[in-house]
Amino acid sequence: MQIAKKVQLLAPSGIRAFFDLVLNMKDVISLGVGEPDFVTPWHIREKAVFSLEKGFTSYTSNKGMPELRREIANFLSHRYGINYHFEEEMLVTVGVSEGLDLAMRAILNPGDKVLVPEPAYVSYGPVVELAGGKPIYLKTGIENRFKLTAKQIDQACTKGVKALMINYPANPTGASFTRKELLDIARVVKKRNIIVVSDEVYDELTYDFEHTPLVSLPGMKKYVIYLNGFSKSYAMTGFRLGYACGPSDVIAAMTKIHQYTMLCASITGQIAAIEALKNGFQDVADMKREYMRRRRFIVDALNSIGMTCHNPEGAFYVFPSIKSAGVNSLDFAKNLLQKKKVAIVPGVAFGKSTEGYVRMSYASSYENLKEAIRRIAEYLGKPYHSATA
Amino acid sequence: MDEILEILSKDARLRPEEIARLTGKNASNIKKTINQYEKDGTIIQYKAVINQDIARANQSFVRALIEVSITPQKDVGFDHIAERIYSFPEVLSCYLVSGSYDLLIVVEGDNIQTVSNFVAAKLSPMENVRQTTTHFLLKKYKEDGQILKKAPQRKQLNISY
Repeated sequence: MQIAKKVQLLAPSGIRAFFDLVLNMKDVISLGVGEPDFVTPWHIREKAVFSLEKGFTSYTSNKGMPELRREIANFLSHRYGINYHFEEEMLVTVGVSEGLDLAMRAILNPGDKVLVPEPAYVSYGPVVELAGGKPIYLKTGIENRFKLTAKQIDQACTKGVKALMINYPANPTGASFTRKELLDIARVVKKRNIIVVSDEVYDELTYDFEHTPLVSLPGMKKYVIYLNGFSKSYAMTGFRLGYACGPSDVIAAMTKIHQYTMLCASITGQIAAIEALKNGFQDVADMKREYMRRRRFIVDALNSIGMTCHNPEGAFYVFPSIKSAGVNSLDFAKNLLQKKKVAIVPGVAFGKSTEGYVRMSYASSYENLKEAIRRIAEYLGKPYHSATA
Repeated sequence: MDEILEILSKDARLRPEEIARLTGKNASNIKKTINQYEKDGTIIQYKAVINQDIARANQSFVRALIEVSITPQKDVGFDHIAERIYSFPEVLSCYLVSGSYDLLIVVEGDNIQTVSNFVAAKLSPMENVRQTTTHFLLKKYKEDGQILKKAPQRKQLNISY
């Protein structure tokens, strides 16, 4: 069949082949996954099971069940002091991924430019392109701990720039913004009058300071499309559930697209999400504590075997440098997989300019992390002793 | 609970150096704290949690939960009689409980006969024991927070964005 040009041009690249290689390999220790290693807490699963038993298997309102939207509104208001009206300013989506896509399709006209950090989550560029926009990649590096700066955004706001995408804590680098950094960004956003699509799905996994939603800063509500979801905080990736909040006009536009293309998020996931918001507070705290320990371990361990690694402020990824290995990130990942059966994601998967780094997920048991580090050390020919290094 | 205890309660094999790396604390301080816990009885012992059904698959053994009603004694209440009961090595656990009986004890023996003998010959004849009800355990599902059935392998992709 003749495939649309736009789709043909979307980058699949060598990464796809690497992914297929990993997926088909057995007995791999994987630090390559972008999801929690925890199972969804039982009380949440139990609600989902019970709802199926009771026969809740229908469509819901396009925007999502009112009870869920009320809970989300409640949660945001208590947690962050953000006030969104559950009817006018909120839409339940199929993961944050759908939210990103809807946001782009709702705001972009052909040729509109969108500022996208690099490295960034893999879908950012493609959803802009699919919506007819043009991504402008803003390179970030270790010198600023992989964070966009207000100045960088300001300078990139040339003619035709309509929006900015940010993600913090970030996949793949774990970088996050402090309140002060966000205040600087907010000033530029107002000055340049651009829309910010803020993907804050890792918000609960912020370790060194309190997470500040960009939209919670004074006067930002009219600039921000706030995206969040249940995948990371409550280990609910497979439920596919997220939400978008923003000014009523943009939410109405996103809802219009959503009702034609998705209809609604699954009712089972929505019911599970209500339970997560009502009673999941302790689960989040427990998982966060566990991730913090693993972060300490893996950052120390990587640095001790010569893979320079900054301390990520959030999420469950480390983004160490592989420069000492003297190969590109794809080859590094391939070799490590084939020789030592450890799966990681090459940095180049997150942006063409992102060479010299790899993403490792520490959403894996301590035992697994230890073994993975042992094998990586062996691969690099570095000595490693788990307790003394 | 203290973070060190929390970590050790999940995996007692972790060495102080490893706990130090996980918590960002100093290893020798952790060693000191653990010594203190051992000395003051906070940490009683370190042992493996064994699935007895597998480990003793070729060996018969039975376990029973026994409700024991007691006449409390002047001054010492239930404590004295409880001590006499829990001192038997057959008694694995002994609890004073509220409700329609007083002590709940867990007893283990090679077979039903040995447990019955324990009840008939040792427990019931005690002068303050008024009544016993023995429940033989048929199947263990979960013990001390541990589900005994091996969880099915989760099917998570090796790699995902």
